[in-house]
Amino acid sequence: MNKAGLSYYDIVIIGGGPAGLAAAISAKESGADSILVLERDRELGGILNQCIHNGFGLHTFKEELTGPEYAARFISRFHELGIDCRLNTMVLDLKAEAPSGDEGSSNGCIKTITYSSRSEGLVQITAGAVILAMGCRERPRGALNTPGYRPAGIYTAGTAQRLVNIEGCMPGRRVVILGSGDIGLIMARRMTLEGAKVLAVAEVMPYSGGLKRNIVQCLDDYGIPLLLSHTVTEIKGKERVEAVVISEVDENRRPVPGTEKEYECDTLLLSVGLLPENELSRGAGVGISPVTSGPVVSESLETSVPGVFACGNVLHVHDLVDYVSEEAAAAGKRAAEYIKGGASAGSDTPCVPVKTGNGVRYTVPSYIHPDKAGERITLRFRVGDVYRDCAICVYLNDSRIARKKARILAPGEMQEVILSGDELRSFPDLTEIKVCIEAN
Amino acid sequence: MQNSYDIVIIGAGVSGASCARELSRYRLNILVIDKEADVCCGTSKANSAIVHSGIDCKPGTLMAKLNVRGNELMEPLSRELDFEFDRNGSLILCFDEEDRPRLQALYEQGIENGVPGLRIVESEELHRMEPNVSDDAVAAIWCPTGGIVWPFGMNIAMAENAFTNGVSFCFNTGVTGIDKEEDGYCLHVKRSKAILWTDGNTGEPLRSSLPDGEDTVRTRCVINAAGVYADQIHNMVSSHKIHITPRRGEYCLMDKGTGDIVHSTIFQLPTPKGKGILVTPTIHGNLLIGPTATDTPDKEGTCTTQEGLDTVMQKARLSVPSVPTRQIITSFAGLRAHEDGHEFLIGELQDAPLFIDCAGIESPGLTSAPAIGEMVCSIAAGLLNAEPDPSFNGTRKGIIDPKKLDADELSDLIRRDPAYAAMVCRCEMVTEGEIIDAITRPLGAHTLDGVKQRTRAGMGRCQAGFCTPKTMELLSRLLGIPMTEITKNGPDSLLLTGMTDKASSSCAAPGVSGGDNE
Repeated sequence: MNKAGLSYYDIVIIGGGPAGLAAAISAKESGADSILVLERDRELGGILNQCIHNGFGLHTFKEELTGPEYAARFISRFHELGIDCRLNTMVLDLKAEAPSGDEGSSNGCIKTITYSSRSEGLVQITAGAVILAMGCRERPRGALNTPGYRPAGIYTAGTAQRLVNIEGCMPGRRVVILGSGDIGLIMARRMTLEGAKVLAVAEVMPYSGGLKRNIVQCLDDYGIPLLLSHTVTEIKGKERVEAVVISEVDENRRPVPGTEKEYECDTLLLSVGLLPENELSRGAGVGISPVTSGPVVSESLETSVPGVFACGNVLHVHDLVDYVSEEAAAAGKRAAEYIKGGASAGSDTPCVPVKTGNGVRYTVPSYIHPDKAGERITLRFRVGDVYRDCAICVYLNDSRIARKKARILAPGEMQEVILSGDELRSFPDLTEIKVCIEAN
Repeated sequence: MQNSYDIVIIGAGVSGASCARELSRYRLNILVIDKEADVCCGTSKANSAIVHSGIDCKPGTLMAKLNVRGNELMEPLSRELDFEFDRNGSLILCFDEEDRPRLQALYEQGIENGVPGLRIVESEELHRMEPNVSDDAVAAIWCPTGGIVWPFGMNIAMAENAFTNGVSFCFNTGVTGIDKEEDGYCLHVKRSKAILWTDGNTGEPLRSSLPDGEDTVRTRCVINAAGVYADQIHNMVSSHKIHITPRRGEYCLMDKGTGDIVHSTIFQLPTPKGKGILVTPTIHGNLLIGPTATDTPDKEGTCTTQEGLDTVMQKARLSVPSVPTRQIITSFAGLRAHEDGHEFLIGELQDAPLFIDCAGIESPGLTSAPAIGEMVCSIAAGLLNAEPDPSFNGTRKGIIDPKKLDADELSDLIRRDPAYAAMVCRCEMVTEGEIIDAITRPLGAHTLDGVKQRTRAGMGRCQAGFCTPKTMELLSRLLGIPMTEITKNGPDSLLLTGMTDKASSSCAAPGVSGGDNE
């Protein structure tokens, strides 16, 4: 309890999905003692609970697990460690300051979290550090501004996944899918297995936004056509979807007149991108990247607000949950160190920006304090186009220090390079780190 | 279903609801009938959500008179009925010095119409008031009485208040024909999954389902508030035919937080080149741009078009170049009920006694609605020699919005009902408590859109991705219907096509969906 009579935790983690779980476990194992996870759903595990397909955990556990199985391993470790969590709990507000009435608090870095739950009502607590792990949401139809009526039968792929896998409901029988993100691909297979007919997956880009293995296992294996450079240009049916019109698009993603083809269907599923859910982060004054829509972070995964860390899909959208767990573990460890050290990573140490060169859309982190970089730093990024027979290159100032060959790089797959902390620290007058794609 | 009424009001949009609410002040037996599943499903649902000042109506018209009167009534009504309204003022931009005479003429027309507080502001002051307005704007008319309103809130509030004062409502019931009889009218109706609400004034309001099929309803007086269908209804009884053209208006709505780009409603001065597109904050902090104006023969033609949406975005930028179209979360289209003479047709028909038209209600119909109700009520109550009902209660409380409470009030509320702590819609922060209220209150929601329009659950940036399954589950549980019978907005808009094989073999009971988080 602090002066205002509010509960205090060293680390409060917002979100009990894969990121929040891994962050909590790692923070605990790194020596942080008082940790609280706040989860809005009725159980831990987040979106993994509705992902009943397999393919999770190949990197982490060297075996193929379903989403709930993958989550269960983290949840049991979480409980073994005796970490606190509150379920059915919605965080309403995060402030990077002490609660009002507690201005005299000696710790200037206190955070105030307001949440509500059925059992506790409206509650304010304070924390030394906060880890943002709220995940992401799906882009809706409106974001595409697709013309037509607004009938029943238009769902995002994730909503359909929840309806089928959790609620046991069938959202449709004849389905067209717009967008080839992974959830869309997974749902093409899932709907087929439940007896629905999936007519086609249309993708506006000339390449898929999903993983290659999902295209093979979810579309090719079931004879579902993937229409690249195509989009839905009209939705028909006033009450319930009756048909959609799919057109080819040119290189500027504009529909090509004369290529319209009508697909009679009762359902349109959308898998047109994910957006990090950063309303709370913004409210706390956390700087957000316009490219990722997630917080701008340092090597410690610390945001622009000292003591507020971010990991998982709230930071940037990942392709595999294994990388979420890995990144979140790093965030948990750094948050634990922050609590022990009592100070932020690096206001007083040199800071080097990570620049994005040719082909690289963004990097996480986007700046590095070499003094705080430890042994090694994982830089994660995505490319903006498909690159064949190329190399991922890293430059310190103007000198190339790494060149990793790649047969193919696609926007649907996250990339990473590992930087040595020693190399960064020993490089004379380091002013910039750059990652780019070069021809092989 | 009772078969005989003093008044049947056809249409539960904002005009019909306003008439019903005003008439519920009298000892009259009233039924509101609508072919749609809920109130506010036609023109009232998809419009600019603007309370117009009345400057642009032709002087001397009924439109001008009722607009100015409706504007006056809006604020007290919003307090009595607890719906959201803000007098944010509006600006009409002039982009060309050559158009000044037109700006001046419009200003003078406003004065003639009795619009208070009008003022011409020059470029410098204009840009001080609205820094994001285009540099090309050379002057504007400032209309301080312009406002923005929550159309669903207003329509629903008026209907609920009418209901709790004894007016019955019947949904999913279309009028297919009207016979003149000696002592009134016989309406032929067709029902499909019809829902009847009665006894709202008894403390035990009743919601009942009616069998599908055809039926008749007798009434002394008919009020025709049927929106784009008002011509069809009128022409069923009158030899003086009227004609209403559905005029489609397309809009784009941007995410919350964009609404502070402008403070007031920004119109463009109508020129021979066109009427222009407005840019306005909404009452909930979104930014709304539109509408287009395209005549269509289809009275259900509320589809958007690529061309229309492109026009809206392009023209909105003329007023506010920085309109953040990347933050569009949805687009929609509504149909204005444009009568050939562009005038409100309100009154008893010459060749049909006690048949009162409330037709041609296009913009500024939303603004005028309170005045339309007042006018129709005085006509109908007069013709029927109605007696005031002393038990009339003109106030109504809306669904509690926890976001508007301070911490202590919110704590109290959650203590009384923990459902107000359970968040269902993350984007608009709508709790289970609000959704339960929306479904269980008098004249409550029974569709997904009904919940959305009462609570805003699903209206936010994810457009119902997260909250749809949970809201469906609540509808199923509270209405005692299976998930597979839940609709978006009416009998033909089923949300599901069935259950999965596994689910249908393991549970068949209504409301049991496996997703309960109690």
